[in-house]
Amino acid sequence: MIDSSLTTGHVVGINGNMMAVEVDTGSVVQNEVAFVKLPDSKLKAEVIKVIGKKCFLQVFEDTTGISVGMPVEFTGNMLAVELGPGLLGQIYDGLQNPLTLLENKQQFFLQRGQYKEPIDRSKKWDWKPLVAVGDRVRAGQWIGEVPEKFITHRVLTPLGMHGTAVVKKILPEGAYPITEKVAELDVNGKTVTLTMSQEWPVKKAIKAYKERIYPEELLITRQRIIDTLFPISRGGTSCIPGPFGAGKTVLQHLISKFSSVDLVIVVACGERAGEVVELIHEFPEMKDPKTGGSLMDRTIIICNTSSMPVAAREASVYTGITLGEYYRQMGLDVLVLADSTSRWAQAMREMSGRLEEIPGEEAFPAYLESRIAGLYERAGLVQLHNDKHGAVTLIGTVSPAGGNFEEPVTQATLKVVGAFLGLSRKRSDERKFPAIDPLDSYSLYIDQMADSLNKNLDREWTKMVHEAEELLRRGAEIGKMMTVVGEEGISIDDLVAYLKSEMLDFTYLQQNAFDDIDCAATIERQVADFKLLYKALKTPFSFETKPEARKFFVALQDNFYQKNYAAESSPEYAKFVSKIEEIIVSGGGRLV
Amino acid sequence: MFKEYTKITNIIGDIIELSAEGVTYRELAAITNHNGDTSLAQVIRIDGSKVSLQVFAGAKGMSNRASVRFLGHPMRVPYSEDLLGRIFSGSGKPIDGKPEIANAAETDIGGPSVNPVKRVVPRNFIETRIPMIDIFNPLVESQKLPIFSTPGEPFNELLARIALQAKADIVILGGIGLKFDEYIGFRRKFEEGGIMDRTVMFVHTAADPVVERLLVPDMALAVAEQFGIAGKRVLVLLTDMTAFADALKEISVAMEQVPSNLGYPGSLYSDLASRYEKAVDFEGAGSITVLAVTTMPGGDVTHPVPDNTGYITEGQYYLVNGMINPFGSLSRLKQLVIGKVTRDDHGAVMNAMIRLYAKALESKKKISMGFEKTETDEKYLRYADLFEERFMDLRVDIPLNDALDLGWKTMAECFDRFEIGVKKEVVDARWPKGA
Repeated sequence: MIDSSLTTGHVVGINGNMMAVEVDTGSVVQNEVAFVKLPDSKLKAEVIKVIGKKCFLQVFEDTTGISVGMPVEFTGNMLAVELGPGLLGQIYDGLQNPLTLLENKQQFFLQRGQYKEPIDRSKKWDWKPLVAVGDRVRAGQWIGEVPEKFITHRVLTPLGMHGTAVVKKILPEGAYPITEKVAELDVNGKTVTLTMSQEWPVKKAIKAYKERIYPEELLITRQRIIDTLFPISRGGTSCIPGPFGAGKTVLQHLISKFSSVDLVIVVACGERAGEVVELIHEFPEMKDPKTGGSLMDRTIIICNTSSMPVAAREASVYTGITLGEYYRQMGLDVLVLADSTSRWAQAMREMSGRLEEIPGEEAFPAYLESRIAGLYERAGLVQLHNDKHGAVTLIGTVSPAGGNFEEPVTQATLKVVGAFLGLSRKRSDERKFPAIDPLDSYSLYIDQMADSLNKNLDREWTKMVHEAEELLRRGAEIGKMMTVVGEEGISIDDLVAYLKSEMLDFTYLQQNAFDDIDCAATIERQVADFKLLYKALKTPFSFETKPEARKFFVALQDNFYQKNYAAESSPEYAKFVSKIEEIIVSGGGRLV
Repeated sequence: MFKEYTKITNIIGDIIELSAEGVTYRELAAITNHNGDTSLAQVIRIDGSKVSLQVFAGAKGMSNRASVRFLGHPMRVPYSEDLLGRIFSGSGKPIDGKPEIANAAETDIGGPSVNPVKRVVPRNFIETRIPMIDIFNPLVESQKLPIFSTPGEPFNELLARIALQAKADIVILGGIGLKFDEYIGFRRKFEEGGIMDRTVMFVHTAADPVVERLLVPDMALAVAEQFGIAGKRVLVLLTDMTAFADALKEISVAMEQVPSNLGYPGSLYSDLASRYEKAVDFEGAGSITVLAVTTMPGGDVTHPVPDNTGYITEGQYYLVNGMINPFGSLSRLKQLVIGKVTRDDHGAVMNAMIRLYAKALESKKKISMGFEKTETDEKYLRYADLFEERFMDLRVDIPLNDALDLGWKTMAECFDRFEIGVKKEVVDARWPKGA
C-alpha cells in the first residue's frame, strides 16, 4: 500500500464539476478520493486524470465558491462503500450517504458537504461464529453470521485478501455492534482485526469466489411476455430501452416487486425524483411475495435523481452493483435494477467533455463501450469456495435519444446483454402494457436454458415458445398486408392466423399493471395458461365465412382475457378454462 | 474591499477572460464599460489565474479596458412579499417603472436539490376549467408539465388562462425570449383577470441579451421555492424553454465545449432536469407546480429539447392546431387523483370518451378513403363533432363536474347505453334520465 496520507495539494482551476489540482507533496493514486476545503465545508472529489504534478478531479457536489489556492487533502483510498449488516431497507444517495439522515436547517434540501455513516453504528446484531481458532480461511469466507431482516447475513473475511490466513481469535455468540472486533486473523505473519463491516472500492469487481458458472436457471419476474417469450436467467443481464412514456419505469417497478429473488437493489440513476418517492412510500406497505414481510426489507434503494450532482450519478451505478456482489458472496440471489444507464453514460460524457477528451459518436467518450461491458460483466452466477451458489442479475433501462435504438448507449448495451426487451412507442400509444415489442425483442437465454425449461416447465416448452413467436411474426405480416388490400384481399386461413396472433398478443403478452391479479402471474399459472392458449393456437379451426371466424375469436379471446382477472385456482378460473375448452371443441378442435 | 481589474485579455462571444486572483467559482462580478454602461457577469471557468465570465448584458461594444469588480457571492435574487405585482428583467432589474425592492432577504439562485426522502406523493388536483386537461389529463399539484407545441400555436394564451383559472396562491411567470407583444399580452391578461397582485414576472424579451435568458428560470424558481417554503401553493410558468436551451447551446459553443446532439451541450438533460425538478410538494408547507412551453423545432418531438424534456417531466400536453390533442398528451400523475379526489365516475368517462373519439376518427378516415358510410359511422361522426365543439375547443371554460355531466350528456345523445363500454353500475348511476 502506498502511504499517501500526507498528500496535499491546492486548486488551480475549476470548470463545472471538474477541478484541477496541483500536488504539493506526496503521491497520487488514480481514482482516489480527495477533499477540497472551503471556508464552510469539505467537498468530496475523485481523481480521474493525472498529468505530471497536476491532476484532475471530479467533484461530487455543486462547485460554487471553490477558488484557486484552496487546499485539497488526498485520502489515498479509492471511492468505496461500506459493506456489512444493516444495508437492507436503506435509501442511499450515489455515494452511500443515507438520505434519511441528511439534514439541514430547512429540512427539505440536500445541503452539500454532508457525509454520514452508511450503516448504523449503535444497532447490535446477534452474532454467531462459523469458524474456530486455528481454521484456515481465504478471501470472502464466512466467519460468522447475523440475522438481517429476512436473510442470514454472513460476515466475510476481507474480500481483497491474498492467499489464506489463520483464525487467531473469534468472538463467541452474542449481540455486538458492527464496529466490534469479532475476529483476528494471521495473514502471513501480520495480525489483521476484523469487524462485521469492511470497505470495498466500487469500481472494482468483487471476485472472492471459486468460479463463474453458466446461467441456466430462470429468474421469474411474473411478467408473462418476459418469463415466457424473452426470459432472463438468474445471473443474466438484460436491457430495457424505450422512448419516454413507453412505460420503462412502471415495468421496472413491477419487476422489482415480483421477481423471485432474495433481494433487490434499485438504482435510480438520473431519473425523476417523483418515481423514487413512489417506491419509498409504496414498498414499506407492500408484501414480499417470498417472505411475506415488507417489500422494503428485501430492498436497497440507491437514489441519485436527475437534479442531484452528476458525478455522484456516475458513481451510483457502481455503488449498486457492488452491494449486489457483496450479497452474492453470501450465496444469495440478487437483482440489480439500474434506471437509467443512459443517464449514467451521459454523466461520463459530461466529464469527458470537460477533460477535453477526443469525443466518439454523439460526443460520448471512446471508452463508453468498454465501461458498459465492464458493468454488465459484473453480473453473473458464481460458485463460492464453499460450493454454494450466488447470483447477481442486472437489468438496465436505456433512454435512447429520440427513441432511436441506433444511438451509442443502446448499441453498446446490446452487445453485452443476454436479453433485449425493446419498448415501442407504437405499442405504448396503443395502450399495450408491457410495451415490449415481441418482434424486435430477443433473449439468448431461451436456448441457453432450454434443458432446464423443458425439464421444469414442460417437455415441449421451448418448442411451443418458438412456435408462438413464429405465429406473431406471421400475424404481423398478414396485418401489414391487410392495411393494403383490406380484409377482403386475404384468405380465410390468413385471417384465422391473424386473429390467433392478435389473441396471443392481447390475452397473454399484455398485462394490466393496475389490476391486483393480472399485474403478476406466477410461473405455474403461466405454464397452465400458455399451454391452454397454445392448444387454441394449434387447433386448425375451419370457417365458412370471415365474419363467422371473427365472431368465434371474439368469444374465445374474451374468455381468455377474462380468465386473466380470475384468481389462480379460484372457481371462476376453472369456469373460464372449461368454457374455453368448450369453445375450442365447438370450433372443430378436439380435446386430448 | 473588492479589487478592481481593468485588463480584459480575451472577448469571445459574450464571454470575457482576464487575469484575477481570489475569485470563486460562479462568483458574480460588476462590469463597467468605458462608456459607463454596466452589467453583471458570472464566473464560469477558472484556469490558474485566468478567469472566464459570461456577461449578462452581452459583450457587444465591450472595451478591453472595462472595469471588472468581483462581488464575492454568486447570483442572488431578492425575496419578500413586496415582489408580488412586480415585473423584473432577466437580470433581476425592475422593468415596471417602480423602484428596486428594498430591504429584502436575498436568496442564491440554482440552490441545492430537494432530498428525495423529504418529498411526498402528490395528491391534490388542480382544476383549470379546461376539459381537455381536467378530464383527460388532470394537472396535479407539484407536477412538472410542458406544453409541446410549435410556433404560431396559442400556447401563451393557454398558459395565461391556466394561470387565471388555476387558483394558485402565487403565480410566477418566467418569460424567456418572449416577443414584446407576448409580454404585454401576459401583463394585460393578468391585470384584467385581477391576479397581478399575486404574480411576480421575470421577463426576458427576444431583444434582450442572450445570457440573461439563462437566469430567468433560476430566478423564477428560486423565488418560487421561498414562497413554497413559506406555505404558498405556487404555479410557475416558463415560456419558452426551447429558447432557454438555445441559450445554453450558444454559451457552450462559445466556451468550445464538445457538442453532443445538434450542437447542444452534453449536459442538456441535467441542465433542464435541475430546473424542472424544482417542482415539489414541501411536506407541511407549500408546493411548486411547473408548467412550461417547449416549442418543437419543425414540429419534431425527437428534437433534443422536447426529447430530453419528455424524459424529465411528468407527461406533456400536445397543443396542435389550436387544440390539446388527447392522444399524445399525458399526465403521468393522473391516476393519483382520478376517482380519488375527483368524482368516482371520472375514470370511466375519461376512458369511454377517448375510446369513442378514437373510433370516430377511424370512421372519418375510412370515409375519406372512399368507403361507404354506415349507420354506426353516422353516430360516431356526430359524436366527433360534438366532442370537438364541447370539449376540445380551447375557449370552453367549465368546471370538472359540469364537464363530466356534459360528457354523459354527449354520449347519451349519440349512443345507446350499451355501446359505450362502461361498467354497468357506473352507467346505471350516471346515464342521463330520459335519454
